[in-house]
Amino acid sequence: MIRIELEKRAQHSAIFSLTSPLIALVITAVLGAIMFLMLGKSPTAALYSYFIEPLTEMWSIHELMIKAAPLILIATGLSVCFLSNNWNIGAEGQFILGGIFGSALPIMYPEFTGPMVLPLMLLMGIVGGAAYATIPAFLKARFSTNEILSSLMLVYVAQLFLDWLVRGPWRNPEGYNFPESRTFHADAVLPEIWFASGRAHWGFVFAILIAVLMWFVLNKTLKGFEVRVLGLSPRAGRFAGFSSNKMIFTAFIIAGGLAGLAGISEVSGAIGQLRPVISPGYGFTAIIVAFLGRLNPLGIIAAGLILALSYLGGEAAQISIGVSNKVSAVFQGLLLFSVLACDTLIHYSIKVVKSARGKAAL
Amino acid sequence: MTPEIATAIFLTIATAATPLLIAALGELVVERSGVLNLGVEGMMVMGAVTGFGAAQITGSAYLGIVAAIICGALFSLLFGILTLSLATNQVATGLSLTLLGLGASGMIGENFIGLPGVKLKAIEIPLLSDIPVIGKVLFSQDLIFYISILLTIAIWYFVFRTRAGLTLRSVGDNHTSAHALGINVLKVRYLAVMFGGACAGLAGAHLSLVYTPQWTENMTAGRGWIALALVVFASWRPLRIVAGAYLFGAVTIAQFHAQAQGVAIPSQLLSSLPYIATIIVLVLISTNKRMTMKNTPASLGKPFVPDR
Repeated sequence: MIRIELEKRAQHSAIFSLTSPLIALVITAVLGAIMFLMLGKSPTAALYSYFIEPLTEMWSIHELMIKAAPLILIATGLSVCFLSNNWNIGAEGQFILGGIFGSALPIMYPEFTGPMVLPLMLLMGIVGGAAYATIPAFLKARFSTNEILSSLMLVYVAQLFLDWLVRGPWRNPEGYNFPESRTFHADAVLPEIWFASGRAHWGFVFAILIAVLMWFVLNKTLKGFEVRVLGLSPRAGRFAGFSSNKMIFTAFIIAGGLAGLAGISEVSGAIGQLRPVISPGYGFTAIIVAFLGRLNPLGIIAAGLILALSYLGGEAAQISIGVSNKVSAVFQGLLLFSVLACDTLIHYSIKVVKSARGKAAL
Repeated sequence: MTPEIATAIFLTIATAATPLLIAALGELVVERSGVLNLGVEGMMVMGAVTGFGAAQITGSAYLGIVAAIICGALFSLLFGILTLSLATNQVATGLSLTLLGLGASGMIGENFIGLPGVKLKAIEIPLLSDIPVIGKVLFSQDLIFYISILLTIAIWYFVFRTRAGLTLRSVGDNHTSAHALGINVLKVRYLAVMFGGACAGLAGAHLSLVYTPQWTENMTAGRGWIALALVVFASWRPLRIVAGAYLFGAVTIAQFHAQAQGVAIPSQLLSSLPYIATIIVLVLISTNKRMTMKNTPASLGKPFVPDR
């Protein structure tokens, strides 16, 4: 019987802190190649159309930025939550609520136009996401209700609420009964990055700016220190005069607000109306992005681009080699597994030993 | 209300409650060993797709059940290797098990969509099923219902009345002491995790072979998460899980009936009731701090690395 033994390192390994996400990517690519072999496809052709082909054309680079924007925004917020030990896994719901709140203006008051529309929509999107995230935060701070379960349950509620809105009160009056809202007027659409630059919209710019800002806050300010200390040891944090209850609200509101901003940016910039489904699971994929980026906002920018590529690659591979685009979800799951496994290298040295004592196996 | 209607209502509630009950019982054993596996949803959906597929290929719903159990246990082993042998974060690893399960089942099941399923037949127990009312309710059900009842009793007896159950609880309450007493902590946890996986697989098979005998993507629809909430609700006690599962079964069925009757409430609001109920129940149970503190396995969620 083979046994894995862990030996605690005296201090965490600097080399592996940097390289563990890269090792994880390599492991995922190898696992992916094996999977394609089992599906009877050529692994090199599959991996090429998955990870290289989408980068060879300008329009798909725009698609990449469109898909990376929500992932980076949400994951940046989640990094604050996860660092401070608040397990918000309901970002998908906060994204949807952001989309709904922000869309209220162009849908309910379509005659209201002008340059003020977009800033108001974005603000309302942030408020919507943050307000929705306050529910699990309040329940955790006040009743110590498990935030993992409450935030996740709220995702289903948000999805159903959106579905009701677009089939009911917000359905497009001129829409031939399709379950869609009216399309946004020109002032309510998030513009492309510069004049005629292509499809990618300002959401990507927001994502990069906010990630850089968050990196600064987390690494160079006292507030960032407070987030880490309370995450590592709430008791030590209390001795330093930090309040873990306040931190619950701070973390959830930041994560919810950014998810809400991502939601309204996606609806306004990429879709242009509300539909029953506005996210292909960005809120959950962002969890993978956050961990692949090692909860560091700069790392998250890179990780967001990689995960966005996996969405595009799925579509490309479906067309060019005829594998199901469901493969993307499998890839994403495998990637998170590899990332977590490789993170062990940072704190432990791993030894694979042949068990001398047979009964102590495992 | 006539006895026939009462029987019919109870039968539908039991059908909705059984997968929750089985998945939650499995997770209870896992958490009693000090491990928090958030991958229940993923293991359940893998069980559902495997059960459906195996039943399609072999034509036997029973072989579907066996395949689903094996699949659930093997899939949970992935979680076990990471959290136990590599001491990874249990919350994140459990989440990735759910994400992987939802993705992989979608890929495996792509060709199953729209196929008519193989329905697990009810087994009438001779004599007992002839008892008025109770006979139909308790003794002419399908195999998985019987298993769920036996499993409840067996797990209650195992956890609280056997030496092995005591070992399980000691590992969950204080892994350092258990290790010092010579108990192989990781081995106990591996077994518990795989048992939980097998249960989740079985629960998934119930969905695709009994509840709605067909395959649809994401057909678990959050039931794995509700099962996790039930374990907290039951404060880690098997008999209370039965009460919780049947309560949720009743909420689910009530909203179906309301939708069928055309009650003037949006169907989406009715569909969200089980999720809202979960949150309310969690809040109510967590306000009772003393009870939750007393019963929560003290090592829950903490990785254990034996130093020799």
